[in-house]
Amino acid sequence: MSAPQFEIQLIAVVVAAACALPGTFLVLRRMALMSDAISHAILIGIVLAFFITEDLASPLLIVGATLTGVVTVSLVELLHRTGRVREDAAIGLVFPLLFSVAVILIARYADNVHLDTDAVLLGELAFAPFDRVILAGWDLGPRALFIMGAILALNAAVIGLLYKELKLVTFDAGLAAALGFTPAAVHYLLMALVSITAVGAFDAVGSILVVALMIAPPATAYLLTDRLPLMLGLGVLVGAAAAIGGYWLAHWLDASIAGSMATVAGLLFGAACLLAPGRGLIAVARRRAAQRWEFAQTMLAIHLFHHRDAPDAAEESRVAHLETQLRWERRFAEQVVRRAERRGLIRRDGQTLTLTDRGAQLAQEALGG
Amino acid sequence: MLATTTATAIAIRDLTVAYHDRAVLWDVDLDIPAGVLMAIVGPNGAGKTTLIKAILGLVPVVAGEVRIEGRPLAEVRRRVAYVPQRGSVDWDFPTSVLDVVMMGRYGALGWIRRPGRRERDAALAALEQVGMRDFAGRQISQLSGGQQQRVFLARALVQDAAIYLMDEPFQGVDATTERTIVGLLRELRSAGKTVVVVHHDLQTVPEYFDWVTLLNVRMIASGPVDAVFTPELLRRTYGGHIAFLGQDDGGLAAVAGGGA
Repeated sequence: MSAPQFEIQLIAVVVAAACALPGTFLVLRRMALMSDAISHAILIGIVLAFFITEDLASPLLIVGATLTGVVTVSLVELLHRTGRVREDAAIGLVFPLLFSVAVILIARYADNVHLDTDAVLLGELAFAPFDRVILAGWDLGPRALFIMGAILALNAAVIGLLYKELKLVTFDAGLAAALGFTPAAVHYLLMALVSITAVGAFDAVGSILVVALMIAPPATAYLLTDRLPLMLGLGVLVGAAAAIGGYWLAHWLDASIAGSMATVAGLLFGAACLLAPGRGLIAVARRRAAQRWEFAQTMLAIHLFHHRDAPDAAEESRVAHLETQLRWERRFAEQVVRRAERRGLIRRDGQTLTLTDRGAQLAQEALGG
Repeated sequence: MLATTTATAIAIRDLTVAYHDRAVLWDVDLDIPAGVLMAIVGPNGAGKTTLIKAILGLVPVVAGEVRIEGRPLAEVRRRVAYVPQRGSVDWDFPTSVLDVVMMGRYGALGWIRRPGRRERDAALAALEQVGMRDFAGRQISQLSGGQQQRVFLARALVQDAAIYLMDEPFQGVDATTERTIVGLLRELRSAGKTVVVVHHDLQTVPEYFDWVTLLNVRMIASGPVDAVFTPELLRRTYGGHIAFLGQDDGGLAAVAGGGA
């Protein structure tokens, strides 16, 4: 692995970690779409700041873009509060407008500078190692690594310090307000973090990957754990895995690095969705099936229990009778009987079934006795 | 009489709350004496939840003011505990029962400071009080509705407040939880706390509460259950949507009907 290859992956991992931290709270607050809105709308902030400074490297661009992110959030809220549109529609109305105005401004007035829309959407991670920080003749490393490292540190510091407040406001905003924590302040702080992360990341990886890395890894982690600290940690790990896996997929396919990383992030989510131990689709299906057998065996025990001492016991206890009485298909009835026999709930004598003591106990418990 | 000898816990003057141009509460005047166990009853859309939220400063107020123990809310926030409706939060949130109960201590902790051993012990004691000690480590999505409600109550208990505002704590709970809540409400009253409960089940009002406020956008009446919980006033509160099942020695059985 060459030095630039290593640096590209390192930058991608730092971006993924920086995105996963605020992304976790976006997912929990059901505001995933807000990352989409912010990462696109910041473009107009960058363009306007560029018109003022006429310098693409100016730190004012980051300030302008972060402000635009926060303005986008308030515009969405303002529109939503009119009561004329729902929140998702408000998001869908605000950010395409801001983004398109930015695109027109670039085309009309800034065509000759390096500020093209392809780079905005997909970024160019492959070139990141060529833009270096050189101090007094010393090569300190790629600029993107410094910017994203600083943003990662900022995100970790803010979320570390205000972990309790973020958790409370996300879980129960009403209680948070009643206790004197202003949920709006916490909300806008989170949105500022999302904006600044999106601004820093979009230069390196583009806005599509920002959205992918903010949402997919935390959503994956959410399927794997039910503890918030673990969800934050797993989100970072899954993001890092998507970054490294995506890099090598791109290498192998000779395709866009950002596109490949977003694809791997989606695949990892898909895998967790299927295979997660508790919440995965397969685990859920197996649990349902187990419940179905359990329920059928209980029904059988109750049926036999009811007819235990009745004169028609012999007739009611025949396997064939279950088909009409419990409306079970023959094969299903046979399987239930076999499972119940194996568990020691019933004894089978030819076609006649008798309830064991354990079976009687199960029936009584199920009947609430 | 209770009302004349005790101080006022919550004083509400000329309170009007509106969503857009529709008034939800209209010119409400209400004094809640300290130490009462009070139910707020009224039909759906009467503004019961809004009244509690207005007391807590959670909804913008068009006119009027709320004073708690004679002072504005911001000065006495820590003397007020709040139990929101169980359905108002996402129970799939990745956290444990103990963690949710500790949230009740966050107000006392203030910004940035983390909960520690003292908060943990207080939360465990509160869980013991609501019979949920064994569930401390449980993920909250695994709780039944009644258990969720008891966790919310434990969270209010650790706030160690003087005034408890509860929004429909009896909504959809099992018999065990209902008994636990009733016991808890009585304990709070014995400890001299003021408890205000948004309540739906008219039949249990005389049994569970000693004070009642009848609300339907406007204040209809407020006072001791014996004096206020009468067929006449209930009819005025609910309009035509009420049927009386009969009266027996002071207890009144009434059923609110027909929604709206």
